[in-house]
Amino acid sequence: MYEKNGKQYFIVDSHLHMWSAGPDNWVRGQEKYAKGWIECFHAYQSLAPKETHWPIEKFMSYTHEDFVRDVFQDGGVDHGIFQSTYLKEWYANGFNTAEQNHRLLERYPDKLIVNGRWDPREGEAGLKQLEEDAKRYNLRGVKLYTAEWRNGSRGWSLKDEQCKPFFEKCKELGIRNIHVHKGPTIWPLDRDAFDVADVDQAATDNGELNFIIEHVGLPRIEDFCYIATQEPNVYAGLSVVVGGHMHAKPHFFAKMMGELLFWVGEDKMLFGSDYGIWEPRWQIDGLLDWSFPQTEEFADYPPVTEATRRKILGLNAARLYDIEVPAECQLGASTPARASA
Amino acid sequence: MPAGGVHAGEGLGVTDGDTHAAVMAALGEVRDPELDEPITALRFVDSCTVSPDGAVELALRLPTPQCAPNFAFMMAADAREVVRRLPSVRSVAVRLLDHYTGDEINAAVAAGDGFDGAFPGETESGDLQSLRSVFLRKALVARQSRICERMLAAGATELAVTSMTTQDLRDTPDGVRCLELRGQLGIRAEFGDPAFVTPDGKPIAAQELSRWLRIARLVRMSIDVNGGICRSLLAHRYDLDQPDARGETGDMSEIHDGAPREVSCR
Repeated sequence: MYEKNGKQYFIVDSHLHMWSAGPDNWVRGQEKYAKGWIECFHAYQSLAPKETHWPIEKFMSYTHEDFVRDVFQDGGVDHGIFQSTYLKEWYANGFNTAEQNHRLLERYPDKLIVNGRWDPREGEAGLKQLEEDAKRYNLRGVKLYTAEWRNGSRGWSLKDEQCKPFFEKCKELGIRNIHVHKGPTIWPLDRDAFDVADVDQAATDNGELNFIIEHVGLPRIEDFCYIATQEPNVYAGLSVVVGGHMHAKPHFFAKMMGELLFWVGEDKMLFGSDYGIWEPRWQIDGLLDWSFPQTEEFADYPPVTEATRRKILGLNAARLYDIEVPAECQLGASTPARASA
Repeated sequence: MPAGGVHAGEGLGVTDGDTHAAVMAALGEVRDPELDEPITALRFVDSCTVSPDGAVELALRLPTPQCAPNFAFMMAADAREVVRRLPSVRSVAVRLLDHYTGDEINAAVAAGDGFDGAFPGETESGDLQSLRSVFLRKALVARQSRICERMLAAGATELAVTSMTTQDLRDTPDGVRCLELRGQLGIRAEFGDPAFVTPDGKPIAAQELSRWLRIARLVRMSIDVNGGICRSLLAHRYDLDQPDARGETGDMSEIHDGAPREVSCR
């Protein structure tokens, strides 16, 4: 529970990691990729307030104690969702696997949800693994990373025919939330890997699943907005939007929020801190204080209200993941959440 | 940091000042395809040395080791191409630094191969023309919207804006760039043609302008935001001064289209 100005807020952080990215976990011969990946993440942290920056050594291998303090104690996060990211070509035991996340889940079963993953290139074996993971981790969601390298392939698309059995398997297993993260490569390499058009097709074909596009499709936020406007089951994951901009680039942040509120709407935007890139506390605190600059440039964007903040910071994700919200943190009776969204 | 080249003008006679200036000017014509900004203004040129007999060595750097290989290839190949055309240049070697597909890209660019030469079997069309054209169209939309909004803010009516012709585009950097983009996209921009067109070249009517601008400003915001992230990550990665707040005004034309503020040529 996060308290501010005498009010209580229910916070769901929909994008958390517990990774292991130190040299002890780098695959031999792939060190430059493993090192480059985590250094790039560390560069993103530089966009946070200075007092929250970590040295690279801690950043590569933060501990469960760091997590519990930064997310639950200081951050005031009521419920967190782990987005597993494997990258086993570069990290021997995986970068941030469901298994790694699960160790924390065992300690905080009423506060954490672990999302799994699948990769259509794994075929039958992948389907079997998904079944096992669903049982073991009680999966309600998966995170898909289309730029993952595997056996010489540099990525895949949600349009691939091989994805269909995986979507069907998700429905069968009660996995309703599909988080999608685009990256810089895809097959074929001459296409725009960040293009989110494949999400459009997958969302249309699988109306009973929710598609949460992480980082709002950045660097293709415009294409994401067109799709989210048309597809009722496409949502905006706000990690990077908040962490990468609210402090370092407040003008761009306000613009992005304005466009997202206009095109996507406050019922389909989900806060995510992207911890350990950015600590949640300053992001939550900043969002609760945030409003548009009082200039003409921002005059025709939808207003940011108390309800907007409550929905974005927790109520929207709680709805997607069936997380119980205490009565005192619900929207006032006069402004009920839109059940149909 | 990779080993840098020789400082321009400080090279004890090993650099040719005139050729060096010509090379830098040529590189100012090479743009990041996603951002529609010169690689010089983005500080992607890490070093550039010119030997007395016209051998140019060029090192490029990007904001992350994982920047998309296709766009990275375009910039490296375009840089080689514009420098190679200069009469005083005998040879060009382009090296993309610290990139996870740098070896593949550098080898293909050196051999003058296309993108499929860098990644054989991993492409479909063999070249990057259709990808490039998608982003030229986005750039055109973004540039046009900036001109339109400036006009409207100055009190012009929607009809006055949509009645403008290509002649009216010659006075501002954004307008000049629009004309260049139309040339590259094959969108007619002859005397009397409309100044503002849809991405496929159709004129925009006055009554459509506000709806069109709603979408156009989203495209522009996306490009501006991406440029901001790229600048910050590059500055962090190579320990450069962080971009100043002017880069965040939402109207970046004055910064981006003028002479490069700092030539990162060492």
